[in-house]
Amino acid sequence: MSALRDIVSQGAQMSLVLGLAPLLTGFVRKVKARLLRRRGPPLLQPYRDLIRLMRKDVVLADNASWLFRVIPYLMFAGTWVAASLVPTFGNGLLFSWTADLIAIIALLGSARFFQALAGMDVGTAFGGIGSSREVMIASLAEPAMLITVFSVAMIAGSTQLAYVAEFMGSDAVGLRVSLGMAFVALTIVALAENARIPVDNPATHLELTMVHEAMVLEYSGRHLALVDLSSQLKLLLYVSLIACVFLPWGTATADASVAKLVSGALLYFGKLTVLGFLLAVFETSIAKMRVFRIPEFLGAALMLALLATLLRFVSGSL
Amino acid sequence: MSSLQFDIAHLLAGSLVLASFMMLYQDRLYALLNVYALHAGVLALSVAWQAYVQQAPHLYVTALIALVFKAIIIPVALHRIIKKLGIHREIENVIGVGLTMMAGIGLVALSMVVMLRVTPGADALAREDLAFALSVVLLGLLIMVTRRNAVSQVVGFMSLENGLVLAATGAKGMPLVVEISVAFSVLIAFIVIGIFLFRIRERFDSVDVQALDRFRGERR
Repeated sequence: MSALRDIVSQGAQMSLVLGLAPLLTGFVRKVKARLLRRRGPPLLQPYRDLIRLMRKDVVLADNASWLFRVIPYLMFAGTWVAASLVPTFGNGLLFSWTADLIAIIALLGSARFFQALAGMDVGTAFGGIGSSREVMIASLAEPAMLITVFSVAMIAGSTQLAYVAEFMGSDAVGLRVSLGMAFVALTIVALAENARIPVDNPATHLELTMVHEAMVLEYSGRHLALVDLSSQLKLLLYVSLIACVFLPWGTATADASVAKLVSGALLYFGKLTVLGFLLAVFETSIAKMRVFRIPEFLGAALMLALLATLLRFVSGSL
Repeated sequence: MSSLQFDIAHLLAGSLVLASFMMLYQDRLYALLNVYALHAGVLALSVAWQAYVQQAPHLYVTALIALVFKAIIIPVALHRIIKKLGIHREIENVIGVGLTMMAGIGLVALSMVVMLRVTPGADALAREDLAFALSVVLLGLLIMVTRRNAVSQVVGFMSLENGLVLAATGAKGMPLVVEISVAFSVLIAFIVIGIFLFRIRERFDSVDVQALDRFRGERR
């Protein structure tokens, strides 16, 4: 009986992230548009776009190799698995023993590796420039992300995400500087990884600034739908990662009743709404950075993460 | 001492180190001054918290001095100087921001290693304060080393002095007279430096200290 329940809740989690990801993107777009005093597309527009793209034929470049056709599926699979490992409404899910933070970073890293390969595969100039920029950002964001993970893991005593979330929800945490710094560092990394505004703006097609868009420019039809869906999943993943590590209240524990799971899910919607709203406010209040300033921005994240680790050492050794 | 009291002291001292890093990151003079005012404000809060924890009322005076002189008067005065000199947009790092930050992290790690090794007997609050104070001092020195502009070197010097005050308040039994005299000597130093700034400007039409090197006949 409990095995059945585990499978059902894990399945619910997997379909929840898949179903919610376009909605979150649509919500952020809508809030941004409202803040700019535009009406904006309806909330469900990302779903409509995905369905429309699914129906269309794929147009391939003459010199696209088999890699180009396989990569959307690989990216989507990697990102979906990673997103369904992050606890959303409940902690003790079936796969939570694999929900290691380092494994999640590795999954996202391989998805990004394939994306960069696809950008270079067709051989257009845009794909190359997008890939090279993406890899530059990744080479700075990943160390920052890993060190943030280390500082959080040193506080919680584990890189197991379910365990971290449970620890952060308990009273043992107290007031910690390291956590605040890790939070800011993780936010900066999330902005960079999801191609949000100070780093990249996927809404434009401006060759001076394109990063993500330049890589996926050659994709069409269902391939493009998968690429879009995986970038939406990635945004949802980072938002729920921040929610589960830094705002863990209300997440249902391993042996919770169904009512607890439902209330956990409702609270999770609330957290997504709040964080998505904050993201939209942040994005409308800041200007896009020059590409050559991005290393400094991400360097600040790396610095904060390192500092968080160092401060953790001080308070740990006293 | 309860763990919450310690956590708040840790938080304030840690944010002082963070403010030092923010100063390293800035490349506009006005922004640098604003961060310096923040730095001094955090210092005042931290000292006031120490006064509360140690139940030492004279430390409140130190906090007040930090708030009034360092967070208000000196930044306002420096704002005016910059306006008069007309140099508010000058960007003048010797090496890149990223490298400076890395060097800063190295200095913080160094000061923690040193301080936690040499003070195993002292109480936790003082140890932690000393470690952070040493890193604030070293970061202030780093700001002075990596800037070419004389005004930002002054700011580095002032932030270094903030680190000294943090160290002094962490150690129990520092008499008030010493603190006040330190605060005033820094104020005097600030006035002297201000006059020097105008002299340098008059002679070289710039506050870039490299002009001094050239004047001395050193080549680079």
